[in-house]
Amino acid sequence: MTGDPARFPLSWTRVVAIMVKEVIQMRRDRLTFAMMIGVPLLQLMLFGYAINSDPKALPTLVNIQDNGPFARALVSALGNSSYFRVEGEVASMAEAEHRLANGDAQFVVTIPAGFEKALVRGERPALLVEADATDPASASNAVAALTVLIRTALDPALTGPLAGLKSGPDPIDLRVHRRYNPEGISQYNIVPGLMGVILTMTMVMMTALAVTRERERGTMESLLAMPVRPSEVMVGKILPYIVMGYVQVVVILAAARWLFGVPGVGSLSLLTITLLLFIAANLAVGFTFSTVAKNQLQALQMSFFFFLPSILLSGFMFPFRGMPGWAQWVGEIFPLTHFLRVVRGILLKGNGLAEIWPELWPIAAFLAACALVALRRYRMTLD
Amino acid sequence: MNPPLAIDVEGLEKRFDGRCVVRDFSIQVPKGRIFGFLGPNGSGKTTTIRMLCGLLTPDAGTGRCLGFDIRHQAAAIKRRVGYMTQRFSLYEDLTIAENLDFVAHVYGLDRRRARVDEALEQLGLGQRRRQLAGTLSGGWKQRLALATCVLHQPELLLLDEPTAGVDPKARRDFWDHIHALAQGGMTVLVSTHYMDEAERCHEICYLAYGRLLVRGTVPEVTAGSGLVTWLVSGDGADALARTLHNRPGIAMAVPFGSALHVSGTDAAALEAAIAPWRHAPGLTWSRTEPSLEDVFIHLMDSAEDNFQ
Ligand SMILES: Nc1ncnc2c1ncn2[C@@H]1O[C@H](COP(=O)(O)OP(=O)(O)OP(=O)(O)O)[C@@H](O)[C@H]1O
Ligand SMILES: [Mg+2]
Repeated sequence: MTGDPARFPLSWTRVVAIMVKEVIQMRRDRLTFAMMIGVPLLQLMLFGYAINSDPKALPTLVNIQDNGPFARALVSALGNSSYFRVEGEVASMAEAEHRLANGDAQFVVTIPAGFEKALVRGERPALLVEADATDPASASNAVAALTVLIRTALDPALTGPLAGLKSGPDPIDLRVHRRYNPEGISQYNIVPGLMGVILTMTMVMMTALAVTRERERGTMESLLAMPVRPSEVMVGKILPYIVMGYVQVVVILAAARWLFGVPGVGSLSLLTITLLLFIAANLAVGFTFSTVAKNQLQALQMSFFFFLPSILLSGFMFPFRGMPGWAQWVGEIFPLTHFLRVVRGILLKGNGLAEIWPELWPIAAFLAACALVALRRYRMTLD
Repeated sequence: MNPPLAIDVEGLEKRFDGRCVVRDFSIQVPKGRIFGFLGPNGSGKTTTIRMLCGLLTPDAGTGRCLGFDIRHQAAAIKRRVGYMTQRFSLYEDLTIAENLDFVAHVYGLDRRRARVDEALEQLGLGQRRRQLAGTLSGGWKQRLALATCVLHQPELLLLDEPTAGVDPKARRDFWDHIHALAQGGMTVLVSTHYMDEAERCHEICYLAYGRLLVRGTVPEVTAGSGLVTWLVSGDGADALARTLHNRPGIAMAVPFGSALHVSGTDAAALEAAIAPWRHAPGLTWSRTEPSLEDVFIHLMDSAEDNFQ
């Protein structure tokens, strides 16, 4: 039988047949369908609105041990700024400590005794700020604002012989006690990153489930008894999800643009190409998982196993450069790591192909490796 | 001249985790025949059928299906074979029509819509084409599954317990349909637990513990069993079963309604064993042909003795 078109890598008819089936099933699974659109929106809202990394009106207490005009000017300046909300005074350091530990206040500003005298003498007195740094991100911007604030508060009072203090180093020594100072996170940074995270999550999971579901429901036996090739099943199952991925992207980009005003300066076609590569890479991972998993639960577990290091080591959660060397090395494997750089590059910096190329080929290599493993592992038989 | 063979396999063997599930299985099935596959639960029927259509790779043995090597030409076999699985394996979240259309599409059939409509018409499901397959009753699922696997007009039909849970009328229609297909040249291999269905096959074979025990036409199998059977009828005939059970010379005593089939392999020993009751009042004794069920139960019992 040489007439068999067996040599040909794949038959378009069969791919389309599987695709049509897959789309019908996808459409009928209302909940999943809604989730695929709903999850990106929900996450965007969460990260974009609810999780505000630049909070304002943080509860602040003052410990005034020197009640001069300078001190009072400082306190009222604190109250006027949008970052601090002065809630009251504490009488001692011990009380300050206590209130801070209770979580009553995020900051305690201490104006030490003899502050004014020292200031007037140009001795740069210390101004102590105790910051509750358990949530470091929420404190960092406020602290940054403090320096400016002090200057503007004191400037009007520095008249006459004190005018000399205006220029030169800060008239006071601001001491902020906190544990660490993280990279400033903003919606500009997070929304494009979120696109990668959401795609990773849904794409890997959906394909991993799509194939294992066939095995679990027993439909695999019929499917295998039909003359379909592994590549046809793979392409037929993956294509509808690629489209789905683009729909998610459009949703996210639209939200990024209209809700958060993310600029989006780069080339849209470049983004489209990168997306194609990235989505396909994630789908290939899902497909590989499905060839290993025995049931849908296992497939789900494996997806999370992939998802967690992806978001933790890609630079989405923590600054990539802050990670230890080995973690960076592992992080470089994940498509998400490279995708984040590309997408931030395109959307925020307007990068072109030349700049993003070093990030594109690792995704392509990952895709090729995964597809190879998936095709080799995909069994045409039930054993 | 020998008729061309649809199935021709030699020494097939399949192990799961070191346990031999099918061993030394050889069979030749001529084209256009209806071949019955019988055997107790777990005897390896499904496993054998899966090996025939390339769904499982045999651990030993060789063979051809429709002239193609079962190891290396699975793709060519799959295109020409219709396989109806034991467990319902169509898409429950697709409608009846969508399932048919999917299969037609995968096989690359022309006039898809017309074929699907025809199949629906034949099934009598034209009105319910938009019903989800998962919501069909058990018997209707079976009927839909059969319709689906003959859609591409296969040369060989492998049916794994196709009539389990199907009502008698539908079963008769089903078998009429299968006979019509066989007359059209299709070869059918069908596994079943029903004796009446076995009798509608041209030829049957019986498996136990993964071995092929007998094969042949129904009269051949009956005659070959070497069983001698007496039919006892009358008052209290069925009650006699327990008394006769396990007596030397009696292989089995099986009630059929109010009558009793008493069988043994040795005619003289059997007569000696039943002698005390031969002239009991109210009982009528007569020699009869063993039924297929007698033969199979006997085969199963002796297979148990031999292999367990
Ligand atoms: N994938 C598998 N892994 C391990 N054991 C298996 C597998 N498939 C079948 N078996 C075992 O092989 C034996 C034969 O199973 P098979 O399904 O072929 O029996 P069967 O004759 O079709 O039984 P039934 O009449 O109940 O359908 C059984 O003991 C079963 O447990
Ligand atoms: Mg079976």
